[in-house]
Amino acid sequence: MTVTERITTADARKLRGGRRPKEDRRPMTVRRWIRKYLVGIIAIIVSVVVFILPFVFVFLQSSKTSQEAGLVEFSLPTEWLFWDNLVEVLQKNDYQVLWAFLWTTIITVFSCAIMVVFAAMVGYVLQRKRSRWNPVINFMVLAALIVPPAVVPTIWVLQGVGLFKTIPGMILIEATFGLAFCVLLFRAFVATIPKELDEAAIIDGAGPMRLFFAVVLPLLKPVIVTVIVVQAVFVFSDFQNPLYFLPGNDYPTVQLGLYNFQSQTVSQFNLLFMYILLTTIPPLIMYIFFNRQIVAGMTSGAVKG
Amino acid sequence: MTTAVAPTGAAPPATRSGRNEPKRKGIRSPYPSWFYIPAAVLFIVFFAVPTFASFYFSLTRWTLFDVQFIGFDNFVQFFQEPQLVQGFINTFIYGFVTSAAKVVLGLALALLLTGPILGRGYLRAVVFFPVLVSTIGVGLTFKALLDPFHGVVNNILGFFNLPEPGWYTDPSLALLTVAGVDIWKGVGIATLIFMAGIVAIPHEYFEAARMDGAGAWSIFRNITLPLVRPATATVIILSLIGGLREFAMIWAMTKGGPGFSSDVIASVIYKQYQAGFFGLSTAGNVILFLVVTAVMVPVSWFLNRREAEL
Repeated sequence: MTVTERITTADARKLRGGRRPKEDRRPMTVRRWIRKYLVGIIAIIVSVVVFILPFVFVFLQSSKTSQEAGLVEFSLPTEWLFWDNLVEVLQKNDYQVLWAFLWTTIITVFSCAIMVVFAAMVGYVLQRKRSRWNPVINFMVLAALIVPPAVVPTIWVLQGVGLFKTIPGMILIEATFGLAFCVLLFRAFVATIPKELDEAAIIDGAGPMRLFFAVVLPLLKPVIVTVIVVQAVFVFSDFQNPLYFLPGNDYPTVQLGLYNFQSQTVSQFNLLFMYILLTTIPPLIMYIFFNRQIVAGMTSGAVKG
Repeated sequence: MTTAVAPTGAAPPATRSGRNEPKRKGIRSPYPSWFYIPAAVLFIVFFAVPTFASFYFSLTRWTLFDVQFIGFDNFVQFFQEPQLVQGFINTFIYGFVTSAAKVVLGLALALLLTGPILGRGYLRAVVFFPVLVSTIGVGLTFKALLDPFHGVVNNILGFFNLPEPGWYTDPSLALLTVAGVDIWKGVGIATLIFMAGIVAIPHEYFEAARMDGAGAWSIFRNITLPLVRPATATVIILSLIGGLREFAMIWAMTKGGPGFSSDVIASVIYKQYQAGFFGLSTAGNVILFLVVTAVMVPVSWFLNRREAEL
């Protein structure tokens, strides 16, 4: 717990602000100048090579002809076929890629919705109410974070309830596996909401339902955004769970589709890399718009363990 | 508190103690326990039941059609077949290598990125972004980049007359190559957590140390390192859990190959499942569960204990 509190709240905010005012007051000596600019320039060059060029490579590959892409060289395409490849990959196998994005979006949206509501309810009561069940629940939350899900028995359960290879089954699985992490985030955040607020609402005659859904839940908005963004990225990028629980071609998902695409189309590297490029776009959009929430969520992922 | 007042006897329970009394009938708690139920149902049906069932099924020969109890045969088999043992050992190697590298590199990057440096915002964004990209996408991209025959990396190495290793086609390197790509993808989150830990250290400590003439190394050794301990613990725990359970990266890059040289327990589970050996697959799951628990319990106990001492 100490880890969480120390890292999440004030510090995450400081981190976002970025600047440390005291730092700037010291005079700029030659050494500090070297450190700032020379090291900075070296770091930027290294970062371009290590972190940017792989993405550039993906982009260049996705714009080439299939013969040229097959050479997997780091070179400019002689012929820019970005749009042609984009259209081709989307149309491939009866628009399978489009379907994959559609189904994955559906899975992501619904599983995140379930996670938010269910985990908020647990986190809220867990933080507010003292009972002898609390240690048990805390233990189960930690267990759920650490224990790897038992694959075949889960399939057996899914078959038992008739949800194997169905979208609802996949949604519930993703929601279940994400719950524990969300509960921790919500519990930590509820602790920052003064209990007096609850008491005021109760005195004004709010019942438990109204107290939670009309008073507390709206106050949880920042952490809800964090939960949604972080879990959406996780669910969207998930490969293992669709592989086990949603196999077959009835409901293609993005990562599984990408993996199968690779084994089906060995000679079409340009299309494969176009597909990879497509899968990086949703996280990129999320990162651009919700950078702050992602950082908050990931650093309070500090809670894990 | 209230017990101290008790000797006065006659006084009825004070208002303060009234709140601590067991719930009286008729007044409903504003925090109803049934709020647990929806999450509990999901947790029990899709997590607890399969987990407990796995202990039983791991002791069976289990196909699509029937279940036959065979005792510990699956476990015996798991530790007799060389490729399964290999997967067992590789799981530890993979977990510890990725975890250690993420701690060292993450801390180094975090120190760099919390100091005054040109293009800090850019650097932070770039280091972190791969965390969000899908493992499969990263794995397939690096598979092409590290292609032993005409991959970009080996072309560059060849240009400088350096040895061109077989990366993921060389059985002795394959596991470490996959681990390396995992580190590339995951170091951003370690960096982020370390940065949060470093900026949380009160600035006065650094100033005081500098006044006393401490150099950069001794500041790092005596102030930063001990005080980022919570962040270190978090990074170790997170990356160990992730590393021991890793499946997608290995499957995307090598499928456990060449041979069984980069198999881990998670990929063995999938292979046995694919082959229809559900009992053996589930035994793998139980072993993975035991491995993760056996590693995580002492590690987190140790890290938390040291934290308490500070």
